[in-house]
Amino acid sequence: MTNALTDPQKWIASRSRWSVFEIVFWLAALLPFLLFPTYLTLASQVAIAALFALSLDLILGYAGIVTLGHAMFFGIGAYTAGILSARYGWGDPITGLVVAGAATGLVGFVASYLIVRVQHLALLMVTLGLGFLTYELANAMSWLTGGTDGLQGVQMWPIAGLFRFDLWGYAGYSYVLAVLFICFLLSRRMVNSSFGLALRGIRENTKRMPAIGSDHRAHLRRIYTVSAVMAGLAGALLTQTTSTVGINALSFERSADVVVMLILGGTGRLYGAIVGAIIFMIARDQLAGINPQYWYFWIGLLLMVVVLFMPKGILGFVARLAGRSSDG
Amino acid sequence: MADPAVLATEGLSKSFGALKVARDVSIALPRGCRHALIGPNGAGKTTLLNLITGALKPDSGRIVLDGEDVTSVPIAARVRKGLVRTFQINTLFPELTPLESVTLAVCERERLTGQLWRALAAQKDAIDEAFAVLTQLRLADVATRPTRTLAYGQQRLLEIALALATRPKVLLLDEPAAGVPKDESAMLFSVIAGLPEDISVLFIEHDMNLVFSFASHIIVLVAGGVLTAASPDEIRSDSRVRDVYLGHSAHV
Repeated sequence: MTNALTDPQKWIASRSRWSVFEIVFWLAALLPFLLFPTYLTLASQVAIAALFALSLDLILGYAGIVTLGHAMFFGIGAYTAGILSARYGWGDPITGLVVAGAATGLVGFVASYLIVRVQHLALLMVTLGLGFLTYELANAMSWLTGGTDGLQGVQMWPIAGLFRFDLWGYAGYSYVLAVLFICFLLSRRMVNSSFGLALRGIRENTKRMPAIGSDHRAHLRRIYTVSAVMAGLAGALLTQTTSTVGINALSFERSADVVVMLILGGTGRLYGAIVGAIIFMIARDQLAGINPQYWYFWIGLLLMVVVLFMPKGILGFVARLAGRSSDG
Repeated sequence: MADPAVLATEGLSKSFGALKVARDVSIALPRGCRHALIGPNGAGKTTLLNLITGALKPDSGRIVLDGEDVTSVPIAARVRKGLVRTFQINTLFPELTPLESVTLAVCERERLTGQLWRALAAQKDAIDEAFAVLTQLRLADVATRPTRTLAYGQQRLLEIALALATRPKVLLLDEPAAGVPKDESAMLFSVIAGLPEDISVLFIEHDMNLVFSFASHIIVLVAGGVLTAASPDEIRSDSRVRDVYLGHSAHV
């Protein structure tokens, strides 16, 4: 029963090794180019949602920070990228992305000092409150943001001066997928570091962390800032690929949707965020096609089925099935 | 005369409203000591531990660690200075394996958890040290199973392993054998007795057999105050202790 561990270093290393499934997964992300070239715009939206959900997984899945206001960072990133172009005439996508990431990172860093002080219900309310504040600020500052009409006049230059955003979305999806992949690699590296282990420690038992000498609030501030940057990048990508920003980038609905995506896919495994985003976005696309008014009914049903019968999300459920069949 | 105490409390007091949970508590732990803290239920033993470790703030009094006043130092910083506790109720990381948990404690001690981009697998020294601690506490066989699947007694040992990984000067054990069957608790205490000699240990324990076999000195707490602190022989023959505490016990 007990298998004596001969090499603990090797065992730790084996926990973060790339699996075949991961390589297949990322190769499959290229399939839309071949199989669904008419759906590349949707594929971009899915990848953006996946990046947003990934940013949430870093704080919710790994560090246990529950938030209902993460659209705040998505929206700030979206508006930063939009305003750069529409108000300042700077349409270079990559520098725009960097500026948007830096802006959200700054806001996230400041907000993190508040976030780490509260837990549970208070945390939900604080994040919700921050989301509302940002939404109404953007609404009130219509001279800058365009208010409820949205920000008009966003024009993007070719990516790296070479690839023009085309109508079919080839350049757009390539660009979004590249950013998603880079962010995923960075996230994967981070969660498999000693810092990532500390985050899982916080999630598993916040009370124990100070008792092993951990300044766990510093860890939380860090990951919250990183998560904000990533959410901001997702928002900026949406602006850049659609050439517009609406106030709904900051809406409560967006904050709620991203939580739903992550819960559907499964928290604390990175891929859960991506799988959840794929399921949610495709379901929305298909269901809204059938009945544009009531599609949340089905999302609600799906959410309950998953939470009740697959507590670790769809990916967690699949992983357990796979584990069982390989055992037997 | 030089003060040999690694840890000393000076007149610690704490009240919750009208209830005095700590009254003018002054205790001293010499280097390498094996002291027991006993007292009837509600005497304030865990409260005293909470005061010493910083989970509670005293109304008055001081806590001195190695000559340094740590009364207002936060919990985590006290741990890094070597003042470490374990919990009466398992306070572990259920989904982490013991190897990961103890590696985490080592990494926190060495300030390696600030490294966002270096793979955990590359922290070879920390992993090896964690495994050595687990081996020392006879947990090597279960090092790679999720903590929640460990037997209760093994989880009690992991409590101590986590504390040891911080390299404590003073180790405060809150009922280390709580809930462990009698035959296993003796084993657990033999592990405690085998801890490095330079660590000062203070443990709370209800089983008087264990207390008298493992403690070199016993502090008796009653209603938040120190009734007496003496050697096991003196405690055994102290009529006051018999009256307020041991009188209720069938062990002596």
